[in-house]
Amino acid sequence: MKLIIVGLNHKTAPVGVREKVSFPADGLEDSLHRLVREYGLNEGVILSTCNRVEVLALSHDEGIEKGLLQVKRFLSDSSSIPLDTLDEHLYSHCGADAVRHLFRVAAGLDSMVLGEPQILGQVKDSYASAVEADSAGVIVNKLYHKVFSVAKRIRTETKIGEAAVSISFAAVELAKKIFGDLSGKTVMLIGAGEMAELAAKHLLRGGIREIMVANRTYERALDFVKEYGGTAIMFREFPHHLKSVDIVIASTGAKNFIIREGEVRDVLKERKHRPMFFIDISVPRNVDPLVNNIDNTYVYDIDDLQGVVASNIKERSKEANDAEGIIDEEIERFYRWIKSLDVVPTIIALRNYCDGIRKAELERGLKAMNELSSKNKKILDSMTKAIVNKILHGPVSRLKKDADKIEGDTYIDTMRKLFDLDDGEEEVKKTGSAED
Amino acid sequence: MLTNILFHTAIAAYFVATCIFVVYLFTHNERVVKTAVGVLTAAFVLHTIVIVLRWAGAGRTPVVNMHESLLFFSWLTVALYMIMLVKFKQRVLGAFVTPFVLLLIISSSFFPKTIIPLAPVLESYWLPVHVVLAFLGNAFFAIAFFLGIMYMIQEHYLKKRKLKGLFYILPSLGVIDELNYRCLQYGFPLLTLAIITGAIWSEYALGSYWQWKPRQVWSLITWFLYAALLHGRLTAGWRGKKAALLSALAFMVLVGSFIMINVILGGAHGISLR
Repeated sequence: MKLIIVGLNHKTAPVGVREKVSFPADGLEDSLHRLVREYGLNEGVILSTCNRVEVLALSHDEGIEKGLLQVKRFLSDSSSIPLDTLDEHLYSHCGADAVRHLFRVAAGLDSMVLGEPQILGQVKDSYASAVEADSAGVIVNKLYHKVFSVAKRIRTETKIGEAAVSISFAAVELAKKIFGDLSGKTVMLIGAGEMAELAAKHLLRGGIREIMVANRTYERALDFVKEYGGTAIMFREFPHHLKSVDIVIASTGAKNFIIREGEVRDVLKERKHRPMFFIDISVPRNVDPLVNNIDNTYVYDIDDLQGVVASNIKERSKEANDAEGIIDEEIERFYRWIKSLDVVPTIIALRNYCDGIRKAELERGLKAMNELSSKNKKILDSMTKAIVNKILHGPVSRLKKDADKIEGDTYIDTMRKLFDLDDGEEEVKKTGSAED
Repeated sequence: MLTNILFHTAIAAYFVATCIFVVYLFTHNERVVKTAVGVLTAAFVLHTIVIVLRWAGAGRTPVVNMHESLLFFSWLTVALYMIMLVKFKQRVLGAFVTPFVLLLIISSSFFPKTIIPLAPVLESYWLPVHVVLAFLGNAFFAIAFFLGIMYMIQEHYLKKRKLKGLFYILPSLGVIDELNYRCLQYGFPLLTLAIITGAIWSEYALGSYWQWKPRQVWSLITWFLYAALLHGRLTAGWRGKKAALLSALAFMVLVGSFIMINVILGGAHGISLR
């Protein structure tokens, strides 16, 4: 049994190809049925998003090449792109590589925006569809549960999802680094342009309490307030309200500074030096950069914010390294389990387990009847052996016969659980490394 | 013998925790900081056992000579950090507190460890009360000091608008400022009580409440510094960088006077304890 993944993404294929290959959600179940039934593959999952289409399937050990070809044919047939043309856009992964790829995709490490969170939801949906279509067996089930727990671990142990990579979001993150908790804080928009609107939306989501909007055209301010709540104020009135706001987002078309140092100094004294954060997204700038020299006051213009975004991206790629480390660890664990599904070690473990019981019980019995002759002892020994062999004959031959089928893994997994065979993991690991 | 082994193991554990914290400051890896906190906790447990054994061995609060004082004060500081860790989840703070504690406990090993009998004049219930209050107050001030340092670092990043390094792991300015304030709010009354109980003890033992000994003078100076800082915070809006800087300076005065009195002038309170 080998895992294979064949697919294409934003790096390998232009949108014109991606949209043809993509699978609409309502036809997914039929496609999964076809994949498993008509292309001779065991278990299958299809992940289809606007940036990637991937098919995960299980093929027989001896037929990886064939399995890969079958999946490619499946993709070509369902997109009606000839295989030769399609093939140059496709990538494929087998075995541990495939597992690593899936872990990376789910954690957002393979995404256009590193660490973006939506992909995990899409991976979850793809698995849910496979379960619905009955194309998920024991390996896929186990694999996807692992995928979800790895993605969660990466989210909690690294900060890959945290660093903000858009300007308005970066501004909100900065506000959080200055104020801590944003609930109870007030923001003033001076100028209600598109960028200011976006930043305000992020701030509202961040828990900001109140928004004040000052715009040269008062009606525009009123419109804004209607949509997002808050208070509209007259443009010329805004300096009087500065003392009660914590965050100021300036984005007017003014040619000169509309907020100056001396003015802010007075405001700060009035508000007992509680910190203020000025976000100046206008060009030319609205806030005098000298304002930044005042204690407890922070001024960021558009270039500063762009710099913040750049550092955030750098910090994220650092987190990505940690995430790759976690993935390595989890792959090893997952493969230990996969290896345990090999039929031979399972049979050996099962035999050892039963033989252990037989030997122990035999010894105890022989102790109790110490006048037994050595001939009789031999008879007892071979008799108990025969009992064990006869009991095990059925299950063992079943295991061997179905090893390559989809049910085989289920049997092996069940057997290991029922007889508690997994303490023999050391042994399994050894056979595993011998194969590698 | 057992105490000695445990003592050195605790030092080793603090050292390892310090190293891991330093690695965290560079890598920002969450797992590293969790490990560091784990090792620190183990060191703290060992430290606790050492104190308990010493307490039992001496039959009195182990705060009589320099070795005991440093050992006990560093223990209180870690204990306080542990409480803050549970309450506020401040792991990064450990990267600042742990090296400090390591320094204290290493210094304690340079002083004679022998358990000395207490001079009869000093024997009183006021001894543990006075010393524990004073040390606990100072532990709060120590934590406030490190929060002040953290504030200044974080403020520097935000002011310079160059975000890198520690910016990503340090807490927000609002949170640091709030915690710094709380430490002062607890530390100051404790220091006040310590001065009062010290005066009472002095009356019992030496027959007068106040003798203008260097220790008393300096504790009064520190008291005024922290009183001014708290007053400024409450009425004049001294917050943020100013408050952080002042709480750091006040603690430096406190440490300076402690070193001067105990090491250079020899012996707490100008009474020979040896």
